Amino acid sequence: MEVKDANSALLSNYEVFQLLTDLKEQRKESGKNKHSSGQQNLNTITYETLKYISKTPCRHQSPEIVREFLTAMKSHKLTKAEKLQLLNHRPMTAVEIQLMVEESEERLTEEQIEALLHTVTSILPAGPEAEPKRNPDAATGDDEDAA
Amino acid sequence: MFVLVEMVDTVRIPPWQFERKLNDSIAEELNKKLANKVVYNVGLCICLFDITKLEDAYVFPGDGASHTKVHFRYVVFHPFLDEILIGKIKGCSPEGVHVSLGFFDDILIPPESLQQPAKFDEAEQVWVWEYETEEGAHDLYMDTGEEIRFRVVDESFVDTSPTGPSSAEATSSSEELPKKEAPYTLVGSISEPGLGLLSWWTS
Repeated sequence: MEVKDANSALLSNYEVFQLLTDLKEQRKESGKNKHSSGQQNLNTITYETLKYISKTPCRHQSPEIVREFLTAMKSHKLTKAEKLQLLNHRPMTAVEIQLMVEESEERLTEEQIEALLHTVTSILPAGPEAEPKRNPDAATGDDEDAA
Repeated sequence: MFVLVEMVDTVRIPPWQFERKLNDSIAEELNKKLANKVVYNVGLCICLFDITKLEDAYVFPGDGASHTKVHFRYVVFHPFLDEILIGKIKGCSPEGVHVSLGFFDDILIPPESLQQPAKFDEAEQVWVWEYETEEGAHDLYMDTGEEIRFRVVDESFVDTSPTGPSSAEATSSSEELPKKEAPYTLVGSISEPGLGLLSWWTS
């Protein structure tokens, strides 16, 4: 076995969630394969990974939301890795932004950080657990989720 | 957290599976070989993403099965350096805090990378952050099962392929079975503001 490219593309949690859910549906339809001993590893890893990702905000995302998010992010001049982390974690406080964006004190002013938080919380849907409403924008996010 | 890895491999399909569609048999064989396994210097393989190219299938003399060279892409868990992840505390030991992501367990946060000052409570076997405020020191316990946000600072791959018989004889035969080492471990850190238990930072 040969590895041609160990880093050909970064995947967001949403893409992996989508892939694993589709795989699960496919395998449920085909029925008998699941229980053969060879498939045990695949079953274990898909179950555990799906369980982990379902507890993150990625569960409620869709391709349109991701596209909208990336277009909105263009103006903020962030690296691919930083945008990916914002997409996967949906930070709600300035402290979290400082963790995910390198040298955020030098690159972003306070208003820019606020604007970034606003974009993140308004475009990306809130996570599956109820979150404390600290921000009026987070409240709109939760309403869309309930609707 | 997840990356796409392009790989090439030769897949052997036994004759009793010839009635199935080739793509399905190959997908099943690849998942059987790689899912939930660590590939050295690549990461923990999750599942097949797609098959990019199938070369001609050959049947060799003496073996009734077909051998097909497959170019495919696999979803692999391989967080990049300095990535922020959220996991659950599996337990604490004098070596540090053990964190698990459910599908991946070998994450360690060594004592130097905890929020300082930190001490290990021997009685309860748990690490504690002694948080100083004007009112005095608060003891924040890092209990099992709590969600924790940490930064990935280091990773290490260990080649766990079996060693040949000659080296096994060299090590004394009276020794116990060699200790099982995790093929892929991550080292984390929570020494920055915003990192640590989620409950510490929600207002």
